[in-house]
Amino acid sequence: MATSPVELPTQASIPDDPAVLRWMYRHLVLIRTFEERVVSLRQSGVLQGSTHLYVGQEAVAVGVCGRLERDDYVASTHRGHGHCIAKGVDVSRMMAELYGRATGTNRGKGGSMHIADTSVGMLGATGIVGSGTPVALGAALSAKLRRTQQVAVAFFGDGAMGQGIVYECLNMAAIWQLPLIFVCENNRYAESTPVEYALSTRDLATRAGPFNVPFAIIDGQDVFAVYAAADAAVERARHGGGPTFIECKTYRYYGHFFGDDPLRYRTREEEEHYRGRDCIRRFEQAVAGQGLLAQAELERIGAEVRETVEQAVRFAEASPLPDPGEVDTDVYTPQRLEV
Amino acid sequence: MAGRQLQFSRAENEALRQEMERDARVFIMGEDVAGGAGRAALGIIDAWGGPMGATKGLIQQFGAERVIDTPICEMSFIGAGVGAALTGMRPVVELLFVNFVGVALDAIMNQAAYLRYMLGGQVSVPLVVKTAIGAVGMAPPNGGGSAAQHSGSIYSIFAHIPGLKCVVPSDAYTAKGLLTAAIRDDDPVVYCTHRRLLTTSCEVPQEPYALPIGKARTVRRGRDVTLVGIGRMTGVCLEAADQLAGEGLQTEVVDLLSVSPLDEDTVLEAVRRTRRLVVVDEDEPRCSVARDVAALVADRAIDYLDAPVKTVTGAHAPVPFSGVLEVAFVPTPERVVAAVHAAMRDEGR
Repeated sequence: MATSPVELPTQASIPDDPAVLRWMYRHLVLIRTFEERVVSLRQSGVLQGSTHLYVGQEAVAVGVCGRLERDDYVASTHRGHGHCIAKGVDVSRMMAELYGRATGTNRGKGGSMHIADTSVGMLGATGIVGSGTPVALGAALSAKLRRTQQVAVAFFGDGAMGQGIVYECLNMAAIWQLPLIFVCENNRYAESTPVEYALSTRDLATRAGPFNVPFAIIDGQDVFAVYAAADAAVERARHGGGPTFIECKTYRYYGHFFGDDPLRYRTREEEEHYRGRDCIRRFEQAVAGQGLLAQAELERIGAEVRETVEQAVRFAEASPLPDPGEVDTDVYTPQRLEV
Repeated sequence: MAGRQLQFSRAENEALRQEMERDARVFIMGEDVAGGAGRAALGIIDAWGGPMGATKGLIQQFGAERVIDTPICEMSFIGAGVGAALTGMRPVVELLFVNFVGVALDAIMNQAAYLRYMLGGQVSVPLVVKTAIGAVGMAPPNGGGSAAQHSGSIYSIFAHIPGLKCVVPSDAYTAKGLLTAAIRDDDPVVYCTHRRLLTTSCEVPQEPYALPIGKARTVRRGRDVTLVGIGRMTGVCLEAADQLAGEGLQTEVVDLLSVSPLDEDTVLEAVRRTRRLVVVDEDEPRCSVARDVAALVADRAIDYLDAPVKTVTGAHAPVPFSGVLEVAFVPTPERVVAAVHAAMRDEGR
């Protein structure tokens, strides 16, 4: 196999399929609207519980998941709402999970950090930084052993690049040529710690090179660039070409968790710089500039999304709380009669 | 006619082979499970057959896709086992020595054990973590055993974790039955091989069989005192029972087999009948399975007891190297007999 990194496209053209563009826009806006609604629910005190917001990074989840099939696998992080929505998890059941209701994706046992729906290939989110990566590796190994065409994606942040497990997985994915895509969302902060302090490498993707894993460094606030990189990586993985590492340079608009004031460790100027490159606004400008989607259509999608999120809130609020008797159910699988 | 005698490690090998024949989803992954990987061109294949020999010959039958040698990275390949278990496979991953759990606990606890619950029952994680436990404890004239990081029992860690099951066979027969059951189980099971049992033999049926996980077995009937043993300590209890028989004491011996779930009924029934209990456990004493059993009896059968519950355990110390120290660490039949004598003296207090 190649010992030098394979270049992936970094300058992407806009997909010309209007259905793809509509899907992208709907999911970019759905993630943003869902999370902003969560913010308002937290601010008003309706919701409580650990919440890590994805706002600002939407282009990464949408660009990557836009290239995946329903039965492809995704392992997420503590900042997982965006991955879930882009992979097709129902937002009403997600909202119910945040409300701690019995109708939630995880029946109230997981909360924001662990939302999962395996029926759409969303294998779960994890609150242990880096620990989703081997789960995705195992799913990729499983796909290879079962001789399916499925691929697996491990999402993780710049913080996980401090964890040895990610490098163990890079090594195994490379020696076994697994259909695994490493997506590093470099949002510049591991909790409050700046990436330039915590990591000795400026472009994190270059760390994949010594493992002989092809890599790409992408503008993670450009959904078309992410989509193009994912397209190349997914095609390679699906056809036996092995793993790819994609670093998406991005930014989270909120703090590490809801309630964290990020101005304790970063500047307003920096925030404004990244907000000025907002992925949704850039999408709108790009499609308007090329006349691909009409303004009226964008507005219609935005209105539909707002209604979807309000429906999710209504669903959650109307849903029952879990029965306290379920505190120790779902610990083990019910015994089968066979054995 | 006596049945077929089989060595412990061959019984494990037979369980793995039969389950891999029975179910194409079963595969083995770990360090040196074949050994000398990637050197078939030099005529090298299956150089080790597993660090303890339990996987010998499997790669010839099932190929390198189902007997996968890994780099040394326990957290990642056990984590990968979780991912494979979530997506339709039934992996057996080898954690060479149980003390290596220090680098793999996240995968075992936060992933394998908790996922079903955290995800609201959406998934099962049919994963087996096969590991080696125990001190050699043979007191050579010079030198010693494997010391602290390669001799622990520490299954109490697994018993503590909801969502995990943990089994500890005591002989070749229970090894085959419990490993088979672990592979067929839909939940993550830690299967513990005591190294000192590997070369022991007993009668083992040829055909596949599974022993129920969570069920103890009574290996000796008696009416005066109950000994509960775990793993190799069951044999130590049986030796103690032979000595006690010479004194006219009839000893019941319960082989716990599963430290999670715990077979409370079998223990309680025996204690209510014999009215005295000594629990024998090679693991360190604090927060141990031995003390968990003692607490169970204190909670549910204290009115039946004629004497305080005694425990005979490893020392509250890492396992030492030097042979004399290691022997001092591991419970012996003599220590068990002494504990029974103490329980008999305590009668009526």
